[in-house]
Amino acid sequence: MTYILGISALYHDSAAALLRDGEIVAAAQEERFSRRKHDPGFPELAIEYVLQESGISLAEVDNVVFYDKPFLKFERLIETYIAVAPKGFNSFRMAMPVWLREKLFLKDLLAKQLRKMDPDFTVDKLLFAEHHVSHAASAFYPSPFEEAIVLTVDGVGEWATTTVGVGRGNELTMLKELHFPHSLGLLYSAFTYYTGFKVNSGEYKVMGLAPYGDPKYKDLILEHLVDLKEDGSFRLNQKYFNYTSGLTMTSKALEDLFGHPVRKPETDQLTQFHMDIAASVQAVTEEIMLRITRDLAREHGIRNLCMAGGVALNCVANGKILRDGAFDNLWVQPAAGDAGGALGAAYAAWHQELKKPRKVEQGDQMRGAYLGPKYEDGDIARELTEVGAKFTTYENGEMIGETAQALADGKAVGWFQGRMEFGPRALGARSILGDPRSESMQKTLNLKVKYRESFRPFAPSVLREDVAEWFELDGDSPYMLIVADVQDRIRRQMTDEENALFGIEKLNVKRSEIPAVTHVDYSARIQTVHEQTNPQYHALISRFKELTGCSLVVNTSFNVRGEPIVCTPTDAFRCFMGTDIEVLAIGNCLLRKEDQDPSLKENYETKYELD
Amino acid sequence: MTFVSEIWSFMKVRKKFWLLPILIVLGVFGGLIVISQGSAVAPFIYTLF
Repeated sequence: MTYILGISALYHDSAAALLRDGEIVAAAQEERFSRRKHDPGFPELAIEYVLQESGISLAEVDNVVFYDKPFLKFERLIETYIAVAPKGFNSFRMAMPVWLREKLFLKDLLAKQLRKMDPDFTVDKLLFAEHHVSHAASAFYPSPFEEAIVLTVDGVGEWATTTVGVGRGNELTMLKELHFPHSLGLLYSAFTYYTGFKVNSGEYKVMGLAPYGDPKYKDLILEHLVDLKEDGSFRLNQKYFNYTSGLTMTSKALEDLFGHPVRKPETDQLTQFHMDIAASVQAVTEEIMLRITRDLAREHGIRNLCMAGGVALNCVANGKILRDGAFDNLWVQPAAGDAGGALGAAYAAWHQELKKPRKVEQGDQMRGAYLGPKYEDGDIARELTEVGAKFTTYENGEMIGETAQALADGKAVGWFQGRMEFGPRALGARSILGDPRSESMQKTLNLKVKYRESFRPFAPSVLREDVAEWFELDGDSPYMLIVADVQDRIRRQMTDEENALFGIEKLNVKRSEIPAVTHVDYSARIQTVHEQTNPQYHALISRFKELTGCSLVVNTSFNVRGEPIVCTPTDAFRCFMGTDIEVLAIGNCLLRKEDQDPSLKENYETKYELD
Repeated sequence: MTFVSEIWSFMKVRKKFWLLPILIVLGVFGGLIVISQGSAVAPFIYTLF
């Protein structure tokens, strides 16, 4: 048997993934174990886990593959500093110590860390894949397609920010790329920064904020900031940005252009202006993505598209690409960000370096993205007892019934079942669930459970077979990466007064029969639930449907703002006790808040640094 | 030594020999910065990573 370990580390979202003879055994992000969101450190705990899952030691691993090439990245840094000198000295001064002490000697650093697990580890087992090759491999190799166009779009890897490749069988050929500093990911991040959110984690909030605004600055952005060509390639006017030479994303010229300063996080109010800016950058992103995909479809005549890279997590743009029809089929790697680079690097080594053939199966190779740790019922009960939890143990059918009833009663339910998800989304293994028909559920979950901004929408998990009944989508979206509108028949017509509302005031207006998952523009970020990949979750929603006639639930990740998604039963119990989650279903144990010892409550609202 | 030979191979493959004098100067300057600073804490800006 051949084992390949993929690693992404030292930038953000460190992760490890293990392939056995080309099949995924396990994959997990370091943050879930270290409890530090977006943990950039060496993924020691994640590696330990993936090895343990496969029952091997590091000595039995044939190759370890890192997900990018540090020398190439250093070359980009140096050339950029030279290009902008003498500006950029402060940035240079801050970057050099890390590079000269650590990142430039990455091979030694990796070997040193890996020798802690296997003292005989030798550097000749180490391989390096280019950042965007890792993304492209993570998008194509596990996809259900024999042949596909592979598009990767992110902030920046070494030089590339956007790449196009063609995958056929086990071959993946990179065809063209856009280079730093011209980057769609960095454009989006620049506006994330400008609207007062954290770069690398707040992009999702900008996307969620966009429907509250009008894209009234789209033309201004396209006129001044982005020189966009017909084929979707573009150049960014660096006059408005500062990321090549400074310590901020945007420059004074951008503030002057829009007439507003950068919003101060957490203190400055979000105004209609910020919502309009969010809507505008979202519209520009969609325009660029649609031009790229239309041009690729025209040029190559291939009907399947695979995507990865941070921008591929923009599910609103993904939905538009799918509906645009330039491609018949779209598959997006669920761990499209840098964590997924670990998996892609391992795949690249297996198929490209070792030239192994590829099996294409119906569905995909990701097993629903349930690739993380699982806890047996006995271990869960033991761990819960140790932390002082009071729980009742049920048979499986009873557990499903009790949990579905709690949901139907309007309770916020913690749902911890089976293997943890790989990637940023909770997909019904480490989720907080609620009744989507409830008018107050979005507010309750945002403010009392997740402790996050009230404008943020929630996603539905819907039975695959019922998706078209509720949404204008009749395909698979198992990874919550496609946004589509709710069906007309369940929408509620707005009154003139409601239509006249602006911005955040729109939030409290009931828009459909499932208001908790209907965003202000009638859209929803859909997860289709499949019996084959998550039978337990499918059974729960089916039971909820029997009780209520509604075949979907609200699904949000099992964490509070700034906390990594829970990994262990203890993490789940602590989060349960620190929030207004009322019921926790964990394995076959059911916990009710009223049964718990109140002295075990802790303040979770301020426990984690805000993201 | 391995590092030096690897960076030499890298420059050969990338045909970027003009980087060599710059790298040496940067190495010296960078070395000074490293010596004069206590820790190598990563800055927060995305593109530096």
